[in-house]
Amino acid sequence: MQQGLPLDEMLLGTFERSKGLIAANDTPKVSRLRDAAMEIFRECRFPDSAHEKWRNTPIESLTEEDFVQQLSPSQADKNLEEMFRCEVHNFDTEIVSMLNGWYYDKKSDLRTLPDGVVVGSIGAAMKAYPELFETYYGEIAPYALNGFTAINTAMAQDGVFILVPDGVKANKTIQIIKMIDLEENLFVQNRNLIILGRNSELSLMHCDDSINQHCSLVNTVSEFVVGENAQLKLYKLQNLNDQSGLVNSTFIRQEANSNVKTNTLTFNCGLIRNCVQVMLNGPGAHADVLGLYLMDKQQHVDNQIRIDHNAPNCTSNELFKGILDDQASAVFNGYIHVARNAQKTNAYQNNNNILLKPTARINTKPFLEIYADDVKCSHGATVGQLDQEAMFYIRSRGISEANARLLLMYAFASDIISNISIEALRQRIDDMVKKRLRGELSVCEKCVLHCGSPEKEYHFDIDYSKL
Amino acid sequence: MLLNIKNLHVAINGKEIIRGLNLGVNKGEIHAIMGPNGTGKSTLAAAITGRDGYEVTAGEIWYKDRNIVGMSAEERANEGIFLSFQYPVEIPGVSMTNFMRTAINAQREHRGLASIPAGEFLKMMEEKKKLVEIHDKLTNRSVNEGFSGGEKKKNEIFQMAMLEPTLAILDETDSGLDIDALKVVAKGVNQLKTDDNAFIVITHYQRLLDLIVPDFVHVLFDGRIIKSGGKNLALELEEKGYEWIKQEHLV
Repeated sequence: MQQGLPLDEMLLGTFERSKGLIAANDTPKVSRLRDAAMEIFRECRFPDSAHEKWRNTPIESLTEEDFVQQLSPSQADKNLEEMFRCEVHNFDTEIVSMLNGWYYDKKSDLRTLPDGVVVGSIGAAMKAYPELFETYYGEIAPYALNGFTAINTAMAQDGVFILVPDGVKANKTIQIIKMIDLEENLFVQNRNLIILGRNSELSLMHCDDSINQHCSLVNTVSEFVVGENAQLKLYKLQNLNDQSGLVNSTFIRQEANSNVKTNTLTFNCGLIRNCVQVMLNGPGAHADVLGLYLMDKQQHVDNQIRIDHNAPNCTSNELFKGILDDQASAVFNGYIHVARNAQKTNAYQNNNNILLKPTARINTKPFLEIYADDVKCSHGATVGQLDQEAMFYIRSRGISEANARLLLMYAFASDIISNISIEALRQRIDDMVKKRLRGELSVCEKCVLHCGSPEKEYHFDIDYSKL
Repeated sequence: MLLNIKNLHVAINGKEIIRGLNLGVNKGEIHAIMGPNGTGKSTLAAAITGRDGYEVTAGEIWYKDRNIVGMSAEERANEGIFLSFQYPVEIPGVSMTNFMRTAINAQREHRGLASIPAGEFLKMMEEKKKLVEIHDKLTNRSVNEGFSGGEKKKNEIFQMAMLEPTLAILDETDSGLDIDALKVVAKGVNQLKTDDNAFIVITHYQRLLDLIVPDFVHVLFDGRIIKSGGKNLALELEEKGYEWIKQEHLV
């Protein structure tokens, strides 16, 4: 680590000096990609708000901070077992822990679960499955997309590898808990590769949390290969402190008749940039790309969603909803690209926002680019306040103004929550949303699921289970 | 007196709509308020129920011996004032059941009571649904979402039955109702009427007053009550229109 230099210079220097250490586990392809991506990064550096695609996201507020980077895992001085313990009632997950960007498992860094699913660190997986890395690594995430994907491809050392073999239906939801806890400003890069074979099924939670109050910048790139007729459910829960930044880029490639549902739930963070790119490459594939963001104070969230309809008879459904309070701001860029041969495409895109204060801001831009002639595409965006007619109607029944606001905000968020098909998780997220809307959660103490300390239930005196 | 409105003046955006209105309502009474469009009937309802933006510029509204001007809409509701809306609002995402339970519990909290037990609440729902012949499927849906005009009005009466108000204001509950739905609504109101509560029925038409028989009929014109009488006044209005009262008033 080296302090005092700008982040990009520090990274360039570290790469020169420590490439051997960084690339210790690499397959030849991964190593080649590092060099190629570093050349790109040397040219383009980190984006800033002068770039069109970053215009409304002040990312330089983070990239200009001083950070340290860890080239090897630090010694854990805390009881990590306790820290990552997860006790959600009726929800038994297979936990994968990452501390400060490093895969953490006392027993092994690559394990095969009883149902045949392989889970481990990306470094260990490179050694065990070099052929999979030669085939897939870097094929789904374009490293030249921007400085963040480039520097991740060049320098990421750890992350999660999951392989769901053909025909295997993962018994348990796999839960990646990524926690940041360091008494210094930390720059973390993770790289995940998740492969679903034909006819396989996986539910995955990806929780980003911080338990410190220091600034961190997490730059994650995840590649998903979803085989023919496979089903993936991906829940991303984002809950970091107000000083921190998260650049989360998710690239998903879908083969024929596969079905993907992603749900990005943004509860807290100083600045978040989510990029979700779905490539519908096989006929009959379907993707639901959903998201909910609840931001306040000076927080900022930017969702960049791109769906590529590259094959005929595919369907996609994009819905992002947000509630912004105080001086919070958000960006939504939805982009649907329909290739010439992607006939019978059915694509829907929508972004709805509620601004609770005049100081909150949203920049929303739905965009369609269509080259096929037999398609059904629609898009829309709304920005509004809480409906005053509805407010009076609710209050005229004796419900307090505060509860009336909660009811309306919750109602607004409910169609994203109701899409969560795992019952125990839905109830948990439901509680978190209610808690967040009450303004009681600014930084989650441990992981968002409150490992180790079951939190009390939250009520507005309403049983929402029947909504 | 349950409700005693004295020299009430109400303005919206600085424009005075109610201009010196007096009205007294005792328990056990039904009052009808009639009058041409745009004379302030709905404004009066909004002022009594405490809607934001309806500014009481002068006068007093005494209810249960307290001047409620300045009291929040929810507190008035919890003190037993209910408004059946002319245009009930659709609230997607909030189910009828939970909406009602929240309202009932808010009322109970106001009265220092514990939340209603689930079993008791469901029993109450069943009972009151029968009263207005409301379908089960409606209470499982979001509040008023996709309800027909008739269903929305029945739903207002259902809510009234659940909340058991002391003073209920029915703002053009008959508008948009066919005769069958009108009968159901009227039957509901008549069953809810006791010696301890009172109704203010705002309407344009005699036909509702055939079914909900008022003790008093008032004609509202230009922000004031210009004529009051018994139920026969409504019949006279049905026959002769408002013109003769306006003339009488202007003289």
